Amino acid sequence: MEPENVDVMVEDIVTPENLVYRKPSTLIDVEFHYCPGCGHSTVHKIFMEVVEEMGIQNDMIGVAPVGCSVFAYHYLDVDMQQAPHGRACAVATGIKRMLPDKYVFTYQGDGDLAAIGGNETLHAANRGENILVIFINNAIYGMTSGQMAPTTIEGMVTTTSPYGREVKTMGYPLKFGELIAPLPGVAYVTRQSVHTVQNVRRAKKALQRALEYQKMGLGFCLVEIVSNCPSNWKMTPIESNKYVQNVLIPFYPLGDIKVPEVKK
Amino acid sequence: MGEVRLMKGNEALAEAAIRAGVDAYFGYPITPQSEVIEYLSREATKRTGMLVLQAESEIGAINMIYGAAGCGKKAMSTSSSPGISLMQEGLSYIASAELPCLVANINRGGPGLGTIQPAQGDYFQAVKGGGHGDYRLLVLAPYNVQEMADFVKLGFELAFKYRNPVMILADGALGQMMEKVELPPQEPRVHIEYPWATTGKPKDGPRRVITSLHIEPEKMEEINLRLQAKYKKMEEEEVRYQAKNLEDAEYIFTAFGLVSRIALKAMDLGRQKGYKIGWIRPITLFPFPKKIFAEVSEKVKGILDVEMNSGQMVEDVKLAVCGNTRVEFYGRMGGVIPTPDEILAYFEKMFIKGE
Amino acid sequence: MAKVVGEIIVDIERCKGCELCIQACPEQTLALGKTLNHKGYQYVVKINDNCTGCANCAIICPDAVITVYRKVYKTKKEVPA
Repeated sequence: MEPENVDVMVEDIVTPENLVYRKPSTLIDVEFHYCPGCGHSTVHKIFMEVVEEMGIQNDMIGVAPVGCSVFAYHYLDVDMQQAPHGRACAVATGIKRMLPDKYVFTYQGDGDLAAIGGNETLHAANRGENILVIFINNAIYGMTSGQMAPTTIEGMVTTTSPYGREVKTMGYPLKFGELIAPLPGVAYVTRQSVHTVQNVRRAKKALQRALEYQKMGLGFCLVEIVSNCPSNWKMTPIESNKYVQNVLIPFYPLGDIKVPEVKK
Repeated sequence: MGEVRLMKGNEALAEAAIRAGVDAYFGYPITPQSEVIEYLSREATKRTGMLVLQAESEIGAINMIYGAAGCGKKAMSTSSSPGISLMQEGLSYIASAELPCLVANINRGGPGLGTIQPAQGDYFQAVKGGGHGDYRLLVLAPYNVQEMADFVKLGFELAFKYRNPVMILADGALGQMMEKVELPPQEPRVHIEYPWATTGKPKDGPRRVITSLHIEPEKMEEINLRLQAKYKKMEEEEVRYQAKNLEDAEYIFTAFGLVSRIALKAMDLGRQKGYKIGWIRPITLFPFPKKIFAEVSEKVKGILDVEMNSGQMVEDVKLAVCGNTRVEFYGRMGGVIPTPDEILAYFEKMFIKGE
Repeated sequence: MAKVVGEIIVDIERCKGCELCIQACPEQTLALGKTLNHKGYQYVVKINDNCTGCANCAIICPDAVITVYRKVYKTKKEVPA
């Protein structure tokens, strides 16, 4: 028999033991500068949830790129270095080689990782540097307001492909995860997204797995997050996530691209 | 008396790095200094556990230094002119983020791909700041294989004292020639926890952030004022130079690095002909030894500056002399090394015959 | 029969009105309010009491502005007067 709809006092529910979800303590308590609905914020949040749950806040050094997430170190409450545009993987190499027992990660956008930073990322991967690279792929340059990125897909309009990306003259969209997956030094490559609740959960899981692989010293881990850019795509957050679902993901399919065999 | 060996400049520098307890060398092959990474690859790791990593490019190398230095480690690289050009962005970031490191430029003939012969055409790049923004490197100019070794330890001491990149500006000849060198004792590699270093957020304190990004202009100016104060302190405390025969000098020969030894010989030849020539060798190119030039400019009839470039340090000499006396320049470019006789001949033409 | 009652606390000054939580809420409990926060965003408000504390809103929320609570009332007796 269904208890009738009783007017339940809020105070009765809002108590510590009834807490189900709160912001991770490893996020610095400031407002994100990111645009409303931006995937960067979500990834910052879930990554710091993982750091809190694994209890590794004091054993981690991060490297922020140049791009919208250049200010990641205002939010992620871990030791961080800010790298020149594209050089995060080289900076992270220097850190990890000096402090091999610390968790080291980079957090990079598509321009930072795959355009100017392509060579640094490729060679860090090929050396099998034991680092986690978080790669936010929103197929556009965000901070500089909307230029074409290496991952901009064919026909996509940006301020430097105003009539849609024409592959004949502007080259093809780059799938960096697939590019480096065959390299022996690369342990884990996966592509996730944060545009639905289910995908946010999966992306969080992937970030955690990558850090565990790093602990085991298995090599280079790349977690790509196909994400949105409401402002530069000129869409509402809701529309931008539809675009992620209907346009980006078909070209950048989600899922694990390479997984290390780990003896259980 | 430490251990004495006959060594190439490049290898003396490498050996000195091992003995200075350097933690990491990130480099890339380029003539005329590839012996450094080769020597370190053979010796360093097995002796002190020092990391020797050949990067994908000099861009990779300088940014690896940024990361390692940001952990409070002694990190260094060596390269030559074109490679050093690729490092300029990184050096600007390292200077702005106030990180210590050591980079040696074994200068070769340029511009462009140039030649592999010795040259000094990178003086401006080294001393005036080759990257973007107002920053300086503390620049040491060795003039023999002994100083190629000595300036590694000194370079790191100054780098950590000022938390600033230090550059050794040598050249291809100093790198390749062999000379006797007394090697410093072996220092252990030690891990020092610097409060500013990113080694993992302390449990009982705020996280550390190493950055050169400051969006608010007032904050960026504050950073710049702090850097300028640092450079002023360097000018007050770190000027190094060597001088000879200033007491009775009517003329001065001045040059840095390898060329200063050629100018020394030219001075001797001139002295034999009765010319009262003195000699000044700047050792720190930044901070430049302005005072000594200002002083001698009151007493001498002229200064001849000799370089393996089109005339770069001569501008700093002129700034220091401030018009008090004539300053002339003699140079060879493209990797050609001037001889003592041609220096003396030019001196006579400009100063003696002119009278 | 158990009755699950959820409650959310929204940091209204940091909500950017992106509406992703509204879309993600299985109970259509959320909507943009009429009033604006200090940044001029319409922030999200509860428009019914069907919240079950599933936390979908908090999980999808980019800015982590939603804190979620949930209480399970096992039997009628337990339901407070």
